[in-house]
Amino acid sequence: MAAPAIETSGLDLGYTGRRSAVTVISGLDLTVEAGTFLSILGPSGCGKSTFLRVVADLLAPLKGTIRVMGETPSAVRSGRGVGFVFQDSTLLPWRTARENVRLPIQVGRRSLSRMIDDRADELLELVGLSALSKRLPHQLSGGQRQRLAIARALLGEPRLLLMDEPFGALDEITRDRLNDELLSLWRRTGTTVLFVTHSIAEAVYLGQRVIVLAAHPGRIVADHDLRPLKGPDNRCSREDPAIVAAMARMRSALGAAS
Amino acid sequence: MNQGALSPFAQTALPILGAGSLILAWQFLLPLAGVPAYIVPTPTAIAGVFSRNGSLLLSNLWPTAIEAFSGFVLGNLAAVLLAVVFVHSRTLQAAYFPVVLFFNTIPVLALAPVVILIFGLGMLPKIVIAAVICFFPTLINMIRGLESASPSEHELFRVLSATRWEIFWRLRLPRALPMLFASLRIASATAVIGAIVGEWIGSDKGLGALIIQATFNYQSDRLYAAIVLSSLLSIGFFMTVVAAERWSVRYR
Repeated sequence: MAAPAIETSGLDLGYTGRRSAVTVISGLDLTVEAGTFLSILGPSGCGKSTFLRVVADLLAPLKGTIRVMGETPSAVRSGRGVGFVFQDSTLLPWRTARENVRLPIQVGRRSLSRMIDDRADELLELVGLSALSKRLPHQLSGGQRQRLAIARALLGEPRLLLMDEPFGALDEITRDRLNDELLSLWRRTGTTVLFVTHSIAEAVYLGQRVIVLAAHPGRIVADHDLRPLKGPDNRCSREDPAIVAAMARMRSALGAAS
Repeated sequence: MNQGALSPFAQTALPILGAGSLILAWQFLLPLAGVPAYIVPTPTAIAGVFSRNGSLLLSNLWPTAIEAFSGFVLGNLAAVLLAVVFVHSRTLQAAYFPVVLFFNTIPVLALAPVVILIFGLGMLPKIVIAAVICFFPTLINMIRGLESASPSEHELFRVLSATRWEIFWRLRLPRALPMLFASLRIASATAVIGAIVGEWIGSDKGLGALIIQATFNYQSDRLYAAIVLSSLLSIGFFMTVVAAERWSVRYR
């Protein structure tokens, strides 16, 4: 059996200041199976983004251990195991859509480049932006920019896709459509997704499993397995009473914790 | 007032009409008002200098243009290189930035005689003065520009395991270009000022020298022609910088 995508024990997360460390989450024990679509739901300040940054090796944990696909976060990062999608699309404004998607093969481990050079066009096709590949980011809508950011994150065929409130700034109609597109990308690639959001509806609609974090101190207050409701291909209807009930349970878990 | 947008024709025609009306007023109203020609010559008198003494003007334009251009290149290049060093070494920045800051408080006019003392009377001291005058604004803007990439942009490059070199060429430098060009536009005019100030203090050729000579000889039409030519030189540099900016900063 493959190593879990994420395995943490006694993990303390936070920031080291000049004099003292600020702990955001303490004693996190979490195991995520490979291939899972995990939603991480919580209010601002609960440490959900901090957790993603530790997984991506952008931030060192204060204490405890974390293994990502059986390796250290830094080994996974330097082996190009992770893709990261930020809340703001973080596209480089001087590059065309296609050149933005190709950024991962132009920096870091260039040896990848020959293998996957043509995948840029394939991914643009996959996120429906082939016709706009020569546009600059400011000529694209918010939804198109996030699609592009996802295509860029997928270019290196990461085994783990980390998404930090990627659709938080979009209108609801665009957000719903991108949720469906993301699920079909996930089904196609089989990559593990850690999806951070503060929207209960989004967390439940997307996740096979939803963990709910509370703030001050940051901790897991609920952990729901939705696979029994959604089946193996993780499909559901937003109106399904069982899904609505799951949302209500998370809302009360969040309410009880604050 | 009508606040609607002007038609494209009006947008090109109105500035020409505006400048034209002022030149006409200068040509006909100033002599009528009794302003003597040795204080303000008419535009036609100044144009006359360009046709009569064209070769004299041109032979004085070249030294100033070469000094201003060389100073512009040297001063900005030094500023960009120092900004790159400062951005990559907090230690060096902490140690030497205050010195640079102090240096900038010395007025260039006060510094010019010292530069002449050191470098003599040739073109070199004028180039140095033009370079000094360009240096500081570009240094400040370039440091800010190189630091202007957002935290998430830096995180993106780190997730991709980019090297410092790659972060510089593919993130910091392109991010800095708009701010660099903002200061290059200013420097395109100040470099000419630097070259002319240098010529005032000690030179027998160049537009600055021509301005001094014409003033002392009461050749005010020649003086004004030299001023117009200095302005045209600045405009030429400015347009070159703008063209370079259009070519290299294609977004926005």
